[in-house]
Amino acid sequence: MNTDMKRRVFLKGSLAAGTVGVAVSAGLLAPQAVLAAWPEKAFQAKNAQDALSGAFGSGQTEASDKIKIKAPDIAENGAVVPVTVKTDIPGVESIAILASANNSPLVALFNLSRNTKADVSTRIKMGKTGDVVAVVKAGGKLYANRKGVKVTVGGCGG
Amino acid sequence: MAKSIKIRAKEKKGVVTVKCLISHPMETGLRKNKKTGKLIPAHFIQDVVAKHNDKEVLTAQWSGGVSKNPYLAFKFSGGSKGDTITIAWTDNKGQSDSKSAKIK
Repeated sequence: MNTDMKRRVFLKGSLAAGTVGVAVSAGLLAPQAVLAAWPEKAFQAKNAQDALSGAFGSGQTEASDKIKIKAPDIAENGAVVPVTVKTDIPGVESIAILASANNSPLVALFNLSRNTKADVSTRIKMGKTGDVVAVVKAGGKLYANRKGVKVTVGGCGG
Repeated sequence: MAKSIKIRAKEKKGVVTVKCLISHPMETGLRKNKKTGKLIPAHFIQDVVAKHNDKEVLTAQWSGGVSKNPYLAFKFSGGSKGDTITIAWTDNKGQSDSKSAKIK
């Protein structure tokens, strides 16, 4: 078992050494989901509306205070803004996090399986003060909520 | 490359909390090198897949707007102690990595 494990690690390492190997191991390690097209249009969109249409096929959202966004009121460092999105809306399929003031607002898109709780956390970059928008897709509908985050660059409070 | 991911997975009352840290530069492609004035090419993770015993629990698509050395946390039900969590990522240059950990 032990030597077998080591051999596997070795194999993986040597594979990753060549560019062809990288492609091959990427293919092996990452089945369908990764091969599913990365929604380039959505991520390059310059405004939230276009980003949502690109990601979900519709920019129509319904405001909902059932979505809880945990983010700091004042972020001292815009490069690292911790964000948690949580909701008790049933049947959540995906969650999108947008920073409305960024050049390309769509930051991250999460697709959840049936057992996965609608509770994801990550850290995002924010170019300047603006809203963090969380969009939740549940039962074919889009719900959104927002929270203002003030970004102070090199700031002493604000 | 296999060292780029750190995973902590804990089970409590049937709910598994997974926390993971990936080391990655996450360059947006908009930043300039201060010395040369040239743009630093974009290099960021595009796809993340999290699996619980070969079953996908979460997939994520990211842009360069996710912070450097990204952090990801999520919860799911139906896991138990000793099960395997696998997290894999692929970036825009085609590099990838994956790591497995046991639920504690």
